[in-house]
Amino acid sequence: MVKVIIAVIAYIILAPIVGGFLAGLDRKITARMQGRVGPPVLQPFYDVLKLLEKESITVNRVQDFYVMCFFIFVIVTGCFFFAGENLLLVMFTLTLASVFLIVAAFSSNSPYAEVGAERELLQMLAYEPMVLITCVGFYMFTGSFEVGQIMLSTKMPFPYLIGIFLGFIFILTIKFRKSPFDLSMSHHAHQELVAGLKTEFSGKTLAMLEAAHWYENVFLLGMVFLFFVNGTWWGYVIGIVDVLLTYFLEILIDNSFARMKWQVAINSSWIVAVVLGTVNLFMLMFVR
Amino acid sequence: MSYITKSPWVIHYDGSSCNGCDIEVLACLMPMYDVERFGIINTGNPKHADVFLVTGSVNEQNKNVVKQIYEQMPEPKVVVAIGICACNGGIFKECYNILGGVDTVIPVDAYVPGCAARPEAIIDAVVTGLGILEQKRQALANGELLKEPEPEAAVAAPEEAAEEGKEEA
Repeated sequence: MVKVIIAVIAYIILAPIVGGFLAGLDRKITARMQGRVGPPVLQPFYDVLKLLEKESITVNRVQDFYVMCFFIFVIVTGCFFFAGENLLLVMFTLTLASVFLIVAAFSSNSPYAEVGAERELLQMLAYEPMVLITCVGFYMFTGSFEVGQIMLSTKMPFPYLIGIFLGFIFILTIKFRKSPFDLSMSHHAHQELVAGLKTEFSGKTLAMLEAAHWYENVFLLGMVFLFFVNGTWWGYVIGIVDVLLTYFLEILIDNSFARMKWQVAINSSWIVAVVLGTVNLFMLMFVR
Repeated sequence: MSYITKSPWVIHYDGSSCNGCDIEVLACLMPMYDVERFGIINTGNPKHADVFLVTGSVNEQNKNVVKQIYEQMPEPKVVVAIGICACNGGIFKECYNILGGVDTVIPVDAYVPGCAARPEAIIDAVVTGLGILEQKRQALANGELLKEPEPEAAVAAPEEAAEEGKEEA
């Protein structure tokens, strides 16, 4: 019980620090890939602290409440995960958080935010099947949905779940809002949709959204880590190295792809889920 | 400790510019000058922006657009007029539809002369603007009102209404 409380408190305190640092590293590496010097690694922290200094402009009363709910439920998701709770519960809490963000965008009645929110719904439609297949894969391999039980596994899940791992990496591009599928917030292509989903958020609300993304990214990288645990210390080392490699791969994908249409996002991620995900699940039935 | 000078996000609006200054603004973002070194990002969204870069003079058609972008930006904010057209109308000054520089519509904090303005001059103006931005932030933190005084028509309106009320009485 004490271990669980320590894990949860460590997540709440350390996740924004690690997440912000990773975001800074992302911007630095991206700049180097584009032949630029790039901002300081601590730039994301400066950005968020600046946003806290700005005037708050909100279009209606409920918008901030919904963004606050998004922020809280993302943290709750991570807390469940790092407390070793049920993987399905974790994923459904994350979905609930995303729904709050979408409702916040819809509540503003801004055309750009609405188009962004619609695209976010389509993105959820794209990544949800693969997320569920990942949970089922862990269940079939270890016989439990509990993250705590999966962590005790003496065999590394990665060789047996390699198809599911690749599929999960694929949808991570959507979850990290990276280039081929950066549809709803259009981080790079703001000429097209202003800022999409986050167009109407400013000041403290936007700062909260950024911090929530740091929490979310750390949790998602925790999911990647789960593929490499085998109960030994070198399993943890391999896990952390692979998490960093995965993050680098996502940055590389971000910089080497143009943005695609939402049809491509849905079709490709469902094809990946069906081919890599379900084939892996069938294989697992025979291997185990 | 203020973070506003460490992460100024800009929004760029092209009034009736010939695109010369616009290209120079974009050149600042490219690898040669790379203003992201200083945390400067081109946002394209007035609600996220701290610095408003305007190129080209203001005309009858875009004066409301310039005003609207300015009003949508959260305080504290600064405006930088880039190029001689944005400063006072430039070669278009005598045209029938041109109002003049950007300062005919919104308050401007820094001016960049030149045709076209050099990227070095633009970066220098933005850095100067950051000093003003910091002053404005402190003023805002001290509770001083930053908003521009209302236009005369709007101020006069309640008085007129009051006079009408007296007449009726």
